[in-house]
Amino acid sequence: MSGSLTAPRLLSRTSVERMGITQTHVAVSELTKLRTVRSTRYALFAGFVMTIAFAIIPALISASRWNTMTVQERIRFNPLLTTLMGVNLAQLAIGVVGVLAVTGEYSTGMIRSTFAAVPKRLPVLWAKLGVLGGVTVLVALPATLIAFFTAQAILRGHKLNGRDIALSFSDPGVARAVVGGALYLMLIGLFGLGIGATLRSTAGGISALAAILFVVPPLMNIFPTSWSNAISPYLPSNAGRAVMQTSHSAHTLAPWVGLGVLAGYVAVTIGVAAIRLRHRDV
Amino acid sequence: MIEALNLTKRYGGQVAVNDLSFTVKPGVVTGFLGPNGSGKSTTMRLILGLDAPTAGEVRVNGRRYADFPAPLHEVGALLEARSVHTGRSAYNHLLVQAQTHGIPRARVDELIEFVGLEGVAKKRAGQFSLGMTQRLGIASALLGDPEVVMLDEPINGLDPDGIRWIRELMRTLASEGRTVFLSSHLMSEMAVTADHLIVIGRGHLIADISVNEFIRLHSRSVVLVRSPQAGELAQLLSDPAVTTQAKGPEVLEVEGLTGAQIGEKAAAHNIVLHELAPQQPTLEEAFMALTRDEVEFHASTPTLRETEGAIAA
Repeated sequence: MSGSLTAPRLLSRTSVERMGITQTHVAVSELTKLRTVRSTRYALFAGFVMTIAFAIIPALISASRWNTMTVQERIRFNPLLTTLMGVNLAQLAIGVVGVLAVTGEYSTGMIRSTFAAVPKRLPVLWAKLGVLGGVTVLVALPATLIAFFTAQAILRGHKLNGRDIALSFSDPGVARAVVGGALYLMLIGLFGLGIGATLRSTAGGISALAAILFVVPPLMNIFPTSWSNAISPYLPSNAGRAVMQTSHSAHTLAPWVGLGVLAGYVAVTIGVAAIRLRHRDV
Repeated sequence: MIEALNLTKRYGGQVAVNDLSFTVKPGVVTGFLGPNGSGKSTTMRLILGLDAPTAGEVRVNGRRYADFPAPLHEVGALLEARSVHTGRSAYNHLLVQAQTHGIPRARVDELIEFVGLEGVAKKRAGQFSLGMTQRLGIASALLGDPEVVMLDEPINGLDPDGIRWIRELMRTLASEGRTVFLSSHLMSEMAVTADHLIVIGRGHLIADISVNEFIRLHSRSVVLVRSPQAGELAQLLSDPAVTTQAKGPEVLEVEGLTGAQIGEKAAAHNIVLHELAPQQPTLEEAFMALTRDEVEFHASTPTLRETEGAIAA
């Protein structure tokens, strides 16, 4: 290999046009980072596939069972929630993308190169937020739209009290729920980013995220019902998922309020991450 | 130009860098020498602002590193070898850093070729040998065509050709008027690469000295003498300016006299000599003696000051 080494003559001093750090430059760099690592690409793809697959599968099952279902079952059947079921599974994959976007840099030591290039550090966090937010929406929105339209097409033709059970995108609350599902996934991605940047460890970050999304909500059952009813709606995942509900029940938040509460959790986590990022040694 | 002023870094109770002050000047290659764990990498992290000093400060070209609008054009650093995402290709590793400053892709291509990584630029950096990782680090250090080049143990893992290449590169960079600062734990390497030395041990400054001066001070004349009358000879040579040390029943090590002086004295007193051999202590030994002192006396500041004074004199 040494044979191919160029004689150490420095590439002329004017060959580099000097522009310097801007928030846009850092964002371009962060987009390249997200694109050029396999694990994040795979996890994003997994989120996309799960969102669609777990809308189609329950739709197929319900469609095939429809004629044998009891009236009660048919009345309880919610064609919208069924087709957004994949979001609940995809959220882990998307959250992991967020965690890895930061902890992957700490575990490999890349963070030293990153902060040597951008020593003020915070532009890196803002760039990661913006890029991850944009990319997750670009993945999640087509996914929830495909999930919705494919699943409704499968359900079409099945009737309850003479009316087709399949929903149309223009039905009340449907557009909000489908778009909201994508925004929910985006916020979970950013939540993962904030948790990862705070904990700086892949294992710790993913565990914390999984615990918040999947372990804490059922734990509420150990409290008296009145407590549980008071607390549960404000848990990050329950609050955020309110945006996908069509019927407002007593113990869920209003759709956009719920998504706003989740956004609040994300903002607080990112705030903590930003403070730690500024002052901690790498 | 790098200026450290009373730079101190503690991790928990451990002192990694202790009241370190030095200046690294442009136009020469400055070696940063110390045993493993003496605080070299920590000092370099402090220079780049990766770690915050507990006390004191360090400035590059008159400013804190973080205050530059385009830091990669000021300081290029080869950090500890593991500062690369193992899942990203060499090309993309350089690209993501270049993009933070709006440096064009052409510059990345140029440097890939410059360090001889064309063949493996698309390979994931995690599959690289240490030598290849070092080349990638050097490419990344030169990305912004910086005024200050700082390399942490650059010859680690390089083959002899690679080592020669690094030496030439350092000289070229310095001859262009840049500030070149490289760390090593090998005195022999510094002797051929560096013009000036900053020696530290346990985070303290031990010496801030030109390489020539260091060599002059530490190439003391020690003469090995073998004689059946070694004891007699030792008495004969006894003088405050001379130290003799028995190295065996018939072997003496004499410091402070030349071989000729010893031979003449022995002849004048009819002492038989079997061997008279001037010894050149290697720089590596001198360096080890220096840092060993530091380790031995590190708890006792006055003694340390004396050691320092002796070297600086």
